[in-house]
Amino acid sequence: MNKKNKIKIVVNGKLLTVNAKFSLKNLIEKLKTPISKVAIELNEEIIDKRKLKKIFLKNKDKVEIVHFIGGG
Amino acid sequence: MKLVNLKIANKNFKSRLIVGTGKYKNMQECAKAIKISGAEIVTVAVRRVNISDKSKPLLMDYIDPKKIMYLPNTAGCFTSKDALRTLRLAREIGGWKIVKLEVLGDKKNLFPDMIETLKSTEVLTKEGFKVMVYCNDDPLMCKRLENSGASAIMPLAAPIGSGLGIQNKTNIKILRHQTKVPLIIDAGIGQASDAVEAMEMGCDAVLINTAIAKAKDPFQMAEAMKFAVISGRKSFLSGRIIPSYQGSSSSPKRGLI
Repeated sequence: MNKKNKIKIVVNGKLLTVNAKFSLKNLIEKLKTPISKVAIELNEEIIDKRKLKKIFLKNKDKVEIVHFIGGG
Repeated sequence: MKLVNLKIANKNFKSRLIVGTGKYKNMQECAKAIKISGAEIVTVAVRRVNISDKSKPLLMDYIDPKKIMYLPNTAGCFTSKDALRTLRLAREIGGWKIVKLEVLGDKKNLFPDMIETLKSTEVLTKEGFKVMVYCNDDPLMCKRLENSGASAIMPLAAPIGSGLGIQNKTNIKILRHQTKVPLIIDAGIGQASDAVEAMEMGCDAVLINTAIAKAKDPFQMAEAMKFAVISGRKSFLSGRIIPSYQGSSSSPKRGLI
């Protein structure tokens, strides 16, 4: 596959190169993220987890995937 | 007075001890200490998933949110914007509506920024959140928070994690007098006697993290705090005797040989 078919996105501050036409669902699957235990933001907008399949990533998109950890 | 449940945003809790889940050596230790403490509410933080190390254990694997209520907290947020973003994300994880708001203003002493805190409380309440608010001990600001719809007022007794005990007794007493929603000491508890004292002053609950997590034996301290809170509450409800500077012998004089 040539470079044209790739896009660069930032996930939790880390640069990732993925195929064009990559959906948020594809990303969650690639990262093996347990979907019921996280929340997802795309360019600072919270994403409805039921709609991940329909949202396709664009070059330079910023994704945040967060969960609960120990805290006071 | 009867022993009644702690009621926050129309939810009932038997335990009046809320514990944090931070600063433990590992998840096992944290889960065990929480179990021993008998707490029904634990505070949790919202942070990025580690995408490069998927083997890292998840909090939810150790503490079941169906059995213990998670209280998402905005610890580490210094602006209203960040706090709102964090709590909206927390709600998205699994429908959490009861949240703890903490907007810090000073990196050294971790005192809250009350202007940002008040602004955030107003916005969150309008969005349907039930907001438990970490705040300073200023009665005027606390009243404003309550009037803005805060579900619990959570003043510090001393800086977060300091273990200094209750340094502001007069203000806490004033707050006790004026506060209609649960009044919960959020920070500064160092040992069991501090928790007893807070409860004897009539506070509705205490929130403890560092004092348990960083004790040499967190399990024993978790148990000590559990009993301290129960003891302090019962002592408060019992109606203490009036202090006197004169002695009053406990044995009757009649029949003295």
